[in-house]
Amino acid sequence: MEHSKQKQLKQIANNLRISIIEGVYNAKCGHPGGSLSIADIMTYLYFEEMNINPENPGDEKRDRFVLSKGHTSPALYAALAERGFFPKEDIKTLRKTASYLQGHPDMKGVPGVDMSTGSLGLGFSAACGMALSAKVSGDSYRVYTVLGDGESEEGQVWEAAMFAAHYKLDNLVAILDLNGLQIDGAITEVMNPTPHDEKFRAFGWNVITIDAHDFNEIEAAFAEAKTVKDKPTVIIAKSVKGKGVSYMENACEWHGQAPKEDLYRVAIADLLKIEEELAKED
Amino acid sequence: MADKKATREAYGAALAELGEKYDFLVLDADLAAATKTGMFKKKFPERFFDCGIAEGNMVSVAAGIAATGKKVFATSFAMFAAGRAYEQIRNSIGYPHLNVNIVGTHASITVGEDGATHQCSEDLALMRTIPGMTVICPADATEAYAAVEAVLNHDGPCYLRFGRYAVPNLTPELLPDYKFELGKGITYREGSDVAIVANGYMVHLALEAADILAAEGISAEVINIHTIKPIDSELLIKAAKKTGAVVTAEEHSVIGGLGAAVCECLSESCPTPVLRVGVEDTFGRSGQVPELLEIYGLTAKNIADKARRAISLKK
Repeated sequence: MEHSKQKQLKQIANNLRISIIEGVYNAKCGHPGGSLSIADIMTYLYFEEMNINPENPGDEKRDRFVLSKGHTSPALYAALAERGFFPKEDIKTLRKTASYLQGHPDMKGVPGVDMSTGSLGLGFSAACGMALSAKVSGDSYRVYTVLGDGESEEGQVWEAAMFAAHYKLDNLVAILDLNGLQIDGAITEVMNPTPHDEKFRAFGWNVITIDAHDFNEIEAAFAEAKTVKDKPTVIIAKSVKGKGVSYMENACEWHGQAPKEDLYRVAIADLLKIEEELAKED
Repeated sequence: MADKKATREAYGAALAELGEKYDFLVLDADLAAATKTGMFKKKFPERFFDCGIAEGNMVSVAAGIAATGKKVFATSFAMFAAGRAYEQIRNSIGYPHLNVNIVGTHASITVGEDGATHQCSEDLALMRTIPGMTVICPADATEAYAAVEAVLNHDGPCYLRFGRYAVPNLTPELLPDYKFELGKGITYREGSDVAIVANGYMVHLALEAADILAAEGISAEVINIHTIKPIDSELLIKAAKKTGAVVTAEEHSVIGGLGAAVCECLSESCPTPVLRVGVEDTFGRSGQVPELLEIYGLTAKNIADKARRAISLKK
């Protein structure tokens, strides 16, 4: 990937992270950690990979996206707003009574949201249904879904994995956000779902493991997925939970709480510093 | 005597025939031979998808299919469709109000020998609580077929309940001008002393009960409420005002099903004594269906007994 493009994507991802913090801070609750960890993936999907049009969010031929780990809606809303599906200032209404930005994604209320999610495991299956539907009608659109690593403790994730491989859904790409932490602690301590790569391989998937914050690796993984026939692809994206905000990085307690004003200021300062450094790059 | 046919047979026949006229997909969870979706599979193999023994996944897959604009039926036994996959139905289909028809066959006591784990007497209660869900329990093969076509022309999620056990196909001879309309109850017989409100397997027994009562000089109205939600309040209130006493009859728990829905409607709009015939807050058991129907009180005699008691409660 060219340096200028990489720089541009990093800047967009940083904008997403600022939106995530703004949303969660104004809501006084929400899930910043797992939203920050997928900001780069969401940036690549919405600005490089997916065939979508903010002017026509219901286009039947568009690529589909399902945020199976629906609690990280701040990352989805940030990407949609950044891409022009709705005004960025609406991010500050997240989780408020009068807002259309529900705590978990609502496909009926938010332009660009392709499936309502929140209950873990269900979105992955729905993405399988969309991919199957495309196969039935011979449509060429692709389906993308982001799963949590904690989410992979749900049995339904493996029902869906079996289904997608059985029906050879090579138009489906699942991205597993492997940040290693869930609400109660490290995934390996709460209920160890690893190794994901061997499990998905055994279920018949094409498996690619990448650094979730390296755009070169992200680009290569999505490109490879397009070349694989008769198998769905899972991109196991090793990420840092809370990425970009100093005190949230790899800190389990920031899974599901909002920073108060002092820490909000620290978070924004951290992200503005990244923005400044990016601007200095050639 | 009318021919006997299970409503699940009519479901399979309807899918196979209506598949020519309507564009839809059918999912099943390894029960195609029993639920009769196999009839559709045979004719339209490219539109049928077995999801294996994974009902939760099947229901959410159906939601994904519907989200891309296709109509779809997701089928299993009532226990595993409405029961095991309740949460998937609520969140993947109900909340986004998607065009999925969830079909539960082999409902309640008339499952027979398989026993309690498979005799789901709670499915209508569960489905009724989901906002925007249409809930249908047809009385016989004719009605089951008509219900399948009706949901194909309906926008929004539906739950359809079909039975394993053969039931007399009464509709063609009793109602020559029969027309199925979602949310509209059907009056099989006019009466003035008591109204028997039934659905599913119990409709033909309600008619037998009305015969027993007629022999005693009691005039019973018989109403079939095939759509429990949205319920036909207008018809129920009219019958309650006319007769002043109501008995409900359902092959379902007396908690949360037709009896409850009728009580909810009448207590708010036209308080009337309502006695319920149904499965009395208990699990089923293995056995032959006629024996089980006696054990659980799902009989014309029990309906007639409750009708006399309901009449005695009139003010």
